[in-house]
Amino acid sequence: MSEQAARLELSGITKAFPGVLANDHVSFAVQPGEIHALLGENGAGKSTLVKMIYGVLKPDAGEIRWDGQTVHTENPKAARALGIGMVFQHFSLFEAMTVLENIALGMDTALTRQALENRVREVLDTYGLILDPHRHVHTLSVGERQRIEIVRALLQEPRLLIMDEPTSVLTPQEVDKLFETLRQLAQEGCSILYISHKLHEIQALCDTATILRGGKVVGDCDPKVETAKSMAEMMIGANLKSVEKKERGAAGPVRFAVKDLAAPADGPFGTALQHISFEVHAGEIFGIAGVAGNGQNELLEALAGEVTAGGTNMVSLDGEPIGNDLTGARRAKGLCSVPEERNGHGAVPDFSLAANTVLTARQRMGLVSSGFIHFGASTEFADKVIQDFNVKATGSEAAASSLSGGNLQKFIMGREILQKPDVLVVSQPTWGVDAGAAAAIHQALLDLAAEGSALVVISQDLDELLAICDEIAVINEGHLSRTLRVGEVSIDEIGLLMGGIHGAPKEVSHAA
Amino acid sequence: MSPEILIAIIMTVIGASTPILIAALGELVVEKSGVLNLGIEGMMLVGAIAAFAVTLTTGSHWLGVIAGIVAAMAASMIFAVLTLSLMSNQVATGLALTIFGIGLSSLIGEGYVGKTVPVFGSFFPAGLAEHPVLKLIFGHSPLVYVSVALTIAIAWFLKHSRAGLILRAVGESDHAAHSIGYPVIRVRYMAVAFGGALAGVAGAYFSLVLVPLWTEGLTAGRGWIALALVVFSSWKPWRLFLGAYLFGLVMTMELHFKAAGVTLVASEFLAALPYLATIAVLAIISWRGQEKVNAPACLGKPFRETT
Repeated sequence: MSEQAARLELSGITKAFPGVLANDHVSFAVQPGEIHALLGENGAGKSTLVKMIYGVLKPDAGEIRWDGQTVHTENPKAARALGIGMVFQHFSLFEAMTVLENIALGMDTALTRQALENRVREVLDTYGLILDPHRHVHTLSVGERQRIEIVRALLQEPRLLIMDEPTSVLTPQEVDKLFETLRQLAQEGCSILYISHKLHEIQALCDTATILRGGKVVGDCDPKVETAKSMAEMMIGANLKSVEKKERGAAGPVRFAVKDLAAPADGPFGTALQHISFEVHAGEIFGIAGVAGNGQNELLEALAGEVTAGGTNMVSLDGEPIGNDLTGARRAKGLCSVPEERNGHGAVPDFSLAANTVLTARQRMGLVSSGFIHFGASTEFADKVIQDFNVKATGSEAAASSLSGGNLQKFIMGREILQKPDVLVVSQPTWGVDAGAAAAIHQALLDLAAEGSALVVISQDLDELLAICDEIAVINEGHLSRTLRVGEVSIDEIGLLMGGIHGAPKEVSHAA
Repeated sequence: MSPEILIAIIMTVIGASTPILIAALGELVVEKSGVLNLGIEGMMLVGAIAAFAVTLTTGSHWLGVIAGIVAAMAASMIFAVLTLSLMSNQVATGLALTIFGIGLSSLIGEGYVGKTVPVFGSFFPAGLAEHPVLKLIFGHSPLVYVSVALTIAIAWFLKHSRAGLILRAVGESDHAAHSIGYPVIRVRYMAVAFGGALAGVAGAYFSLVLVPLWTEGLTAGRGWIALALVVFSSWKPWRLFLGAYLFGLVMTMELHFKAAGVTLVASEFLAALPYLATIAVLAIISWRGQEKVNAPACLGKPFRETT
């Protein structure tokens, strides 16, 4: 049989888009049952490459061999017929439909609703994933959405599973469980092409790594031998600055206080907030951990002022009650925020970067007066953000949608940080962002805190919180846990506080 | 109110409701695929004249209906090529299609003005079709039964069939559908063609059943009401069905008041009622909030196959 042939072999794959050479003679092979990491910065061409493997795009040149045979995957259906499954980074989900309908759309064979539901429940059980098949996607958190993609791919019984950043929204226990699943799949002979920025995960999971930079393969390595730092440096082609957490003296005065905050659920399947109380001192970063969908969206909205709190004293800034202020008023008083979703919430995709600065920085940076926009000032401010935060963009006139995820995130973070807010609330500051950009964002947050601002970071990435926060609390089903000092708490302890997800909070806690 | 008048009212309401129901059902499918075709009025007129001319020439109503379908589908394909393949703006192209349809139907219909065809009436025996009470069930044009069957079929198709699921997926997120491997453009072509076909049936209903005599601009703006009806129904076939009858009732209010001898309200006001009702309905629906409006997320947005 084809024991010797690689499951998937790429040779000389080249793909150009107008103005960009996304992939330049990329060659590597994935063996049967191998867990192969694909590493690279945002814009290195990883997504383009896997889209060609999955038949979404066609290569300009080069050859894809499957079990030794040259194949031309015309479309994803053809790829699935070969046995290639894929979990997308930007989910290919339909918001107004149920989980089950979304899964049905990913299947090439039509099953009856009941048969499909049974199979879905089977896969959920086998791999320890929790998901309600009848919920509508628009009510689900990022983490739950990703689970749909994973289930969709697993139902196809793939022989090669492509996973694009699959663990970014899972609890440590869930990640362990997922890795168990992936290892089990690999043992059954399924190859896995694993894209992640979490280098220690790649070390824990992968057998081989191929590193892409600027569309070219710059090296292969055995992640078990390399260090996370050495891989990161191969990836960005330069030395990685490590994040400096400056020693700070005694905590300053309380700058931001939330007292017994309650908020209704955001949509019919959201999570209502109850009795949320915490304080953040000057110079401190307060982390809020938790699995997606436990009230993070509602919390960000309530803190940022997108919804007003039930009472004005529920949120206060430097002792001044601001609970009844909306976003604009809160910004004017010194509270800035960055939501989780970059496109459409943090920035208007079709607007230029300069116009996007006007949207949130108009008051603090004086970009508007008497109802007129100062185009010069907004362009200047956008240029400053681009420069200070090392954003890769063609200029302040580039549309926000033309930036890669990591670059847009750097821009949005920079736009808020350069306004020198007294309090900054951010959600998922480095979701889908590469190691280099993440380090830059972390450093900027630490620097802002060092200047005396109070920061709240809502994140599902525990490593991130442990790296930059002084204190952490965990949000679970709309309740906030007691505050924990970083350094006095273990990952397992936080993981257990995270619990599970809707309706089945107990199951996950036994996983570790 | 005597039973005869009540029956007469119901018969007129069904007559007025059926064409907007058929046209709106077609548009519902089109919009579910993410395409906004504002050309219903134009396609209906093209269908109406084709149906009228063929029926007059051949004497067969069914051949007329088929001609109406083919003609309106052809008109919808002009729209499809422009908007789906050549990426033109859907709103502008739809409006152009309406203007084109009005002009073309007048041109073709010039020689037919004032001519009549026999009414495309009930195929049941006269004993049933003209029975004073049973005509409520048996006294309609075959196209009325077709409209009910279409409602059931489309409701089932969208909710339970795999093809319907794919259609909704394409309208919900074209890029996601493309990345899973569904032919977005082809699905939309088929949806637009179906919408055109139903606009053709609706047009045929106008010229063969409702007013079996050719006049210019026979459809009198009913295409716009069908369009509003789709929004009114929140893109749900059963609500569309109810909405069509509700609008049918409002549209025929003027006649009913006259028949009942009520002169309280100016007849001009009554004639304007359906349009006022359209505005009121749209306002109430938007006021109820974004989530419940249920519009396909990609409605009106062109799809380009990149990255």
